[in-house]
Amino acid sequence: MRRIQSVLITALLLSTAAHAETPRDFLTRFEKEAGATASVERGGRFFASKQGSDWSCTSCHTERPTQPGRHVKTDKPIQPLAPAANAVRFTDTGKVDKWFGRNCNDVLSRVCTAQEKADVLAWLMAQK
Amino acid sequence: MKKRRPVLLPALALLIALPAYADRYPVPKNAPYQEECASCHMAYPPQLLDANSWRAVMNGLPKHFGTDASVDEKHRVPIVDFLTRNAGGGKTGVTVDASGKPLLRISETARFVRKHRELSAATFKRASIKSPANCGACHTGAAEGDYNDDHVRIPK
Repeated sequence: MRRIQSVLITALLLSTAAHAETPRDFLTRFEKEAGATASVERGGRFFASKQGSDWSCTSCHTERPTQPGRHVKTDKPIQPLAPAANAVRFTDTGKVDKWFGRNCNDVLSRVCTAQEKADVLAWLMAQK
Repeated sequence: MKKRRPVLLPALALLIALPAYADRYPVPKNAPYQEECASCHMAYPPQLLDANSWRAVMNGLPKHFGTDASVDEKHRVPIVDFLTRNAGGGKTGVTVDASGKPLLRISETARFVRKHRELSAATFKRASIKSPANCGACHTGAAEGDYNDDHVRIPK
């Protein structure tokens, strides 16, 4: 019985460890997909610029993503995007993929490349 | 005489409370609705559109009032179920446009238009309000489902 218990606890610990992701994990994934390292500087420019629509990332997340933002259309408060200010950011694959999907389409009218995701995440991780 | 008081008091309390209940639209708890919809806008009361309108809204999420609000099927299906189960009601009625097509915006429904007829388009566009989508800008109790006139404060 004890043995089963310890096996179960170990399995549980392993499965949680496998699912808990960090911003660094996502950066590694995007850099691998892009086949190149990220550029913090390029990510910062990307975050602030309008590209094909009326919006940039800063429209909702502000130029200082360590601070809360507001949805540009509905005014709904948005919690900070920078991991240093909001520990839940970039820790869940489903959410990361969902929001890159929605927001890249809104700002760029297309999907983001892996390089763009790597760059912008590297910049966000550098914001303290 | 004394015997009638227990009946009279609750009845009186109910009468006083009734007007306040007339404009109450509490949003039932629903995790996928909060997660997928209420990250961008307030969790609108499902009661304010009929079931056909909600189905139409939920079938057009990739182009949702000018933004991409795509939701995967795993989450979309339970949200449609939640919205249609709690949709409509007597005062909301059938929410269609003049040609009979389901309305997508709560702010275009007959009840909303009638209730807000004293407000100009310019008022809704104030920086402090932004759009009719921002219920909480004026309805101070909107987050709790309170749309009573007495609790409206229109910001400058």
